[in-house]
Amino acid sequence: MAMNKNVYLDNSATTPVAPEVLEAMIPFFQSRYGNASSLHSEGRDARRAVEESRALIAEHLKVHPSEIVFTSGATEADNLALLGTALRSTGGHLITSRIEHDAVRHSADWLASRGYDVTLLEVDEFGRVSADDVREAIRPDTMLVSVMAGNNEVGTIQPIRAIGEICRERSVPFHTDAVQAYGKIELPMDVIDMLSVSAHKLHGPKGVGFLYVRKGTKLTPLLHGGGHEHGRRSGTENVPGIVGLGVATQIAFEERDRVTQRMEGFREYLIQEVLKLPATRLNGHPTESLPHIANFSFEAIEGESLIMKLDEHHIATSTGSACSSPNLEPSHVLVALGVPLSMAHGSLRVSTGRQTMQDDIDALLKALPIVVQELRDMSPFKVGG
Amino acid sequence: MYTEKVIDHFREPHNRGKMENYSAVGKVGNIVCGDVMWLYIKVDKNDAGQDIITDISWETFGCTAAIATSSMVSDIGKGKTIEEAIAVTNQDVASELGGLPPIKMHCSALAADALNEAIYAYLIQEKRSIPEALQKRHDHIAKEMAQLEERYAAFTEKGNSKPRGCE
Repeated sequence: MAMNKNVYLDNSATTPVAPEVLEAMIPFFQSRYGNASSLHSEGRDARRAVEESRALIAEHLKVHPSEIVFTSGATEADNLALLGTALRSTGGHLITSRIEHDAVRHSADWLASRGYDVTLLEVDEFGRVSADDVREAIRPDTMLVSVMAGNNEVGTIQPIRAIGEICRERSVPFHTDAVQAYGKIELPMDVIDMLSVSAHKLHGPKGVGFLYVRKGTKLTPLLHGGGHEHGRRSGTENVPGIVGLGVATQIAFEERDRVTQRMEGFREYLIQEVLKLPATRLNGHPTESLPHIANFSFEAIEGESLIMKLDEHHIATSTGSACSSPNLEPSHVLVALGVPLSMAHGSLRVSTGRQTMQDDIDALLKALPIVVQELRDMSPFKVGG
Repeated sequence: MYTEKVIDHFREPHNRGKMENYSAVGKVGNIVCGDVMWLYIKVDKNDAGQDIITDISWETFGCTAAIATSSMVSDIGKGKTIEEAIAVTNQDVASELGGLPPIKMHCSALAADALNEAIYAYLIQEKRSIPEALQKRHDHIAKEMAQLEERYAAFTEKGNSKPRGCE
């Protein structure tokens, strides 16, 4: 049992595939294996499955099915939104924030390196972008605003309705990375022009996602080939994945109120209990947060060591700190929030899923004080000193 | 990504904690980049009149690799003469652990540097002459620390906190 992860609290990284999702997918690997572009009955069967899934997702988002473009995941969806907009011309201005996921951040960096102008919006101490800053940043040559719906490290929810309304007013397309927010919070689709989603964050399979693209939004495709997805994304459809994404979406939306209420309860309890430990802090907004993410810092402790120690207790969590990435810098999100450096290295992200039970939370709360003390005992920095 | 030996030393590190009545301490690293080691040595003379490192302990703030290398260097250095201990490199420590992931070599393999700095501090304090190789390495370590602080100055301002341990 030593290798067995009993307690999984890293659902922002990925989630287990829901049994209903897996069950719905299996036939499309075996008996219903057709290529959705083929003319024969196997092909038509696969096409029907893809379009049913598309319709199901569109129905839950209250958008038109033709506005859903299936991709290999959210990284591709984010790249398609940013690069697909930018590459329509040879220059222009992009507005995004300092706390975006790397898929947006590094796409923006790449565009900057190719001569595009990029404005990075600052955030407040909770990690929130100000809608007023968006208004001030928009210029005549602004081609896109991209601000995530809910942050993947600290959970803070962005004022995307206000940002979307400003973009609408100024006729600038608005993209939001909703990977963590999809199926968790209400999304103001009426002011969103593009939205990225990944299946594996909501108990669907890895390797599939979509970009919602409002009708009339102009994009140049990044993948060229057989003209799939109305020419917006070539490549044979991942039929089992798309079916799984549809079912995962249905479960997430149908169960949403019940599951997120339970998650909120876990989050509140976690915050209350973890902050009882000395020299700890909550990163992100105490209430304006996604229900499933809580991020803490522990003074005088480095995050990776904390994760590894919890792993010894068979508890899976994560950190956004330096050693989890191939460079030395503390998490760009925590730095943007102004978290003191003595704290920014010692972050712990706890994220729950639909399968999380009170026992999981209790196990973490039991192990955490032991592990924190153990690491503080070997640290040269003394807490409160 | 880590070898079993690294994990073993991380799980049950040897010689951790501050030492009472230490002869000297070596402090390396920078909280801004995330790894700080303080390494304590106790020096005594053996029957032949040579300086022997009879005890080593450490306090480390850092990742798995940083803690494992601290533990390993304390094992390696203990019982060595000053001359032998000066020759220990970060590469030696990493090799004894069965290797470290490449990205960890730069930021976490500070352990031998800490030992080097402790010996340097000891010799200065005892007003002994400093071997050329030790002086060179000390200068190199000091230069690297200064570069790190410069490189991360922006973070320091942004984070609005003085990187402790750099003093």
